[in-house]
Amino acid sequence: MKALIALFLRELRLAARIGGGGATGVVFFLILVSIAPFALGPDLNLLSRIGPALLWISALLATLIGLDRLFQADAEDGSLDLLFTARTPLELIVVVKCLAHWATTGLPLVLAAPLFGLMLAVEGAGLAGVTATLLVGTPALTFIGAIGAALTASLRRGGLLMAILVLPFTVPVLIFGVAAAAAARGGTVPFWTPFSILCALTLLAAAGAPFAAAAALRHGRD
Amino acid sequence: MWKYANPTFFMQLAGRLAPWTAGAALLLLGVGLYLAFLGSPADYQQGQTVRIMYIHVPAAWMALFVYMVMTSAALGTLVWRHPLADAAQKAAAPLGAVFTFVCLFTGSMWGKPTWGTWWEWDARLTSMLVLFLIYLGLIALWRTIEDPTRAAKSAAILTLVGVVNIPIIKFSVDWWNTLHQPASVFRVGGPTIHPSLLWPLAIMSLAFTFIFLTLHLMAIRNEILARRVRRLTMEAAAAGENGRAVAASTGVAA
Repeated sequence: MKALIALFLRELRLAARIGGGGATGVVFFLILVSIAPFALGPDLNLLSRIGPALLWISALLATLIGLDRLFQADAEDGSLDLLFTARTPLELIVVVKCLAHWATTGLPLVLAAPLFGLMLAVEGAGLAGVTATLLVGTPALTFIGAIGAALTASLRRGGLLMAILVLPFTVPVLIFGVAAAAAARGGTVPFWTPFSILCALTLLAAAGAPFAAAAALRHGRD
Repeated sequence: MWKYANPTFFMQLAGRLAPWTAGAALLLLGVGLYLAFLGSPADYQQGQTVRIMYIHVPAAWMALFVYMVMTSAALGTLVWRHPLADAAQKAAAPLGAVFTFVCLFTGSMWGKPTWGTWWEWDARLTSMLVLFLIYLGLIALWRTIEDPTRAAKSAAILTLVGVVNIPIIKFSVDWWNTLHQPASVFRVGGPTIHPSLLWPLAIMSLAFTFIFLTLHLMAIRNEILARRVRRLTMEAAAAGENGRAVAASTGVAA
């Protein structure tokens, strides 16, 4: 447990000192949100209607941007080999790395989402809904993405491949995230139905993905 | 069983089997196509467009079947680390992608006259599209990782992760209210299709299965041969290096 806390703090320190992680993700998120009105036209009614979906797509892409470095930096400087030799199970190490990665890249996106939502004329219950769904949904994106990051950790041009591998698996999260965000603004479906499924998807990803990611890391080494 | 898993023995066996499966595929395809386009009646509601079914449904079944073959091979790779399983995985991915594409394409052609739309974002179509994307991702992964053993392990893990999509496709028509019709052949209480349409469908499905078997066997053979060529090339390159090194140290031309 002590080792895991130490690893978590190490990840946070690395993210804070090296930079390029969370802050860049938020800037990318902002850019994605702000180019949408240029393509769709600045019609506030339209933007308000599709705003939650735009925020979700932007958050998904912004999450992907940072993910390829999840294991790559450690694979390059050899600290991944040290983590392999540790007595702590690799699966738990993956969980901790994912949590730290989410805290430094996913959480800033969630905190920025209400602000960017206002730019898309998403207000009130809709804004609360999309923020809540991003809060419980983005960890699932990080955990699912960890599988792709582990598979491409030792590849030099892994970024694009990782996106191709990971994006199909994020479709359910996106569907129920946007469905819950839309339900928060009223409609026939109660908010809790898609929201509970979204929570279940996150728990499922957190429980299953570390095993696949750890297996991929082990097999990628030899 | 291990005798059949020996690559050399498999090469001989597959070489002998492939012409027979190819012949069976051609025969079944000929009979199936005749029955599908000439020997079976048109549907009383859909008219001639029902004939798209004889391509669409077998392709859809094969898309799922190939994925399950690939999953078994992936287990073979991870559990027994068998090179034949690696080759079976690699050879199946493009075939599965083609079957999935055929299914989506014919489905789109069928959707226009019967549903009035080329594409509908319902659960069955979307989950099938995700299957297609997973196949493409696997092919990309195979092409990116150079070392075949490592590529096989990575692809195996991704294949096993992707299995979650298979039950979603199968039950998508039951769980969600979709435009796509629910299962009408393999269902509790027997098929709801008239026998005059069911027979051509069954024969076409067998034909598609034999087409896959033939192409899969041949692709596995090619993969084994490609690996041998790769190994021999590397050995020759290594021998050349050594030869030059010896020549340089002794001053004798190799």
